[in-house]
Amino acid sequence: MMGINRREFLKIAGLSTLFGLGAKSVFQLLAPGELEASLPPLQKEKKIQWAMAIDMKKVNDSLLKEVINACHRYHNVPKIPGPKELKWIWVDDFEHSFPDQAEGAYITEEVEKMHFPLLCNHCDNPPCCRVCPTKATFKREDGIVMMDWHRCIGCRFCMAACPYGSRSFNWGDPRRVMRDKELKKLNPDFPTNKKFPTRTKGVVEKCTFCYDRIDKGEYPVCVETANKIKKDSFIFGNILDPESEIREILKKRFSLRRKPELGTGPNIFYLI
Amino acid sequence: MLYDGAKILTGLIIGVAFFISPFIYDAGKPYKKPEPQLTEKAKKAGECVASKQFMREWHMQLLDEWRNEVVRQGDRYYRPRQLAREMRLDKRLMDQWRHFISDGTRHYIPKTDKVYYKSLQNTCLDCHSNKTKFCDECHNYLGVHPYCWNCHIAPEEK
Repeated sequence: MMGINRREFLKIAGLSTLFGLGAKSVFQLLAPGELEASLPPLQKEKKIQWAMAIDMKKVNDSLLKEVINACHRYHNVPKIPGPKELKWIWVDDFEHSFPDQAEGAYITEEVEKMHFPLLCNHCDNPPCCRVCPTKATFKREDGIVMMDWHRCIGCRFCMAACPYGSRSFNWGDPRRVMRDKELKKLNPDFPTNKKFPTRTKGVVEKCTFCYDRIDKGEYPVCVETANKIKKDSFIFGNILDPESEIREILKKRFSLRRKPELGTGPNIFYLI
Repeated sequence: MLYDGAKILTGLIIGVAFFISPFIYDAGKPYKKPEPQLTEKAKKAGECVASKQFMREWHMQLLDEWRNEVVRQGDRYYRPRQLAREMRLDKRLMDQWRHFISDGTRHYIPKTDKVYYKSLQNTCLDCHSNKTKFCDECHNYLGVHPYCWNCHIAPEEK
């Protein structure tokens, strides 16, 4: 008989397949690699990372209301009630702002009553930028997590990726508040800032740390508004500069960040 | 002989008449070219960020470039004179801007060292605050509908 019979052939083929498939796991067992997703991000050498510290001892509800109003008016964010709400900055209590630390924590009454202003954290390692398929959201050289509304296709991957809920979706044309009877009552003078664009239907929006003002050498609207009411309540600066105002205050005061264990590297600090 | 000749000919005549009706309708009327109007402010300024010819042909590319530079690089200021100077020195820049250049100078050597804030809404529309008589004049004529205005707010006109 010449060569091998069918049974022999199948045996050899099966064994080699098994060996071939198994070989990779043997390698992995002996010399484990790393999952790409768990690798630290490639870091460019950075000189600026804008960050903000909010002094919870100095802010109160009326101040935060003013701040939110000022931000939303500056950026033409319309008031829309219900699930189609748009927000760049908003407030919530300790339990919802720091859910990872709230469980079973017997926090002081003072902290329990606090309302924390929440906004985009302009993370060191922003998950929203990783998932964006069009690079409509990206990290600027100065650390701002920026949005290019011209590019956004409205896939909302970034909204799913952001652990802070900082992003809102335009379910309809925001300018409908000028036509809709009910919404017009809430937004009588929309667009509130004629110097800033509105967004359009199908675009995600969020806080941009007032990139346009920073480029002009001005503070973000929230910082300016808050400090006008109560001096040094919002401290803004370059976190990478060891002599900056924000680093000075962080040296002295205990601060919290939202969900730091996720490894996003949030840059909003709450001074308790 | 043609079968059903009368019917076919009637159909043909109606068809042809329908097809050429727009030509007949417009025949004899003078051709009206779009005439974008300058505001007093624009007239007073005397010059735009580039020459009239350049802006007429390339304003969309310039705006596209501005938006990318502003949004993605945070580069907010446009220095036409400096750019022209640099371009003459740097071959790479020359190549990069080649599509803008027809006579080697990008049509444009500005008289002053003026610096412009790159913004459609705040710089372009500040001078050209008559959108309906300036932008729309040509856009409507050519049947183009740029969606700039879905987000960027056009100034109110009296």
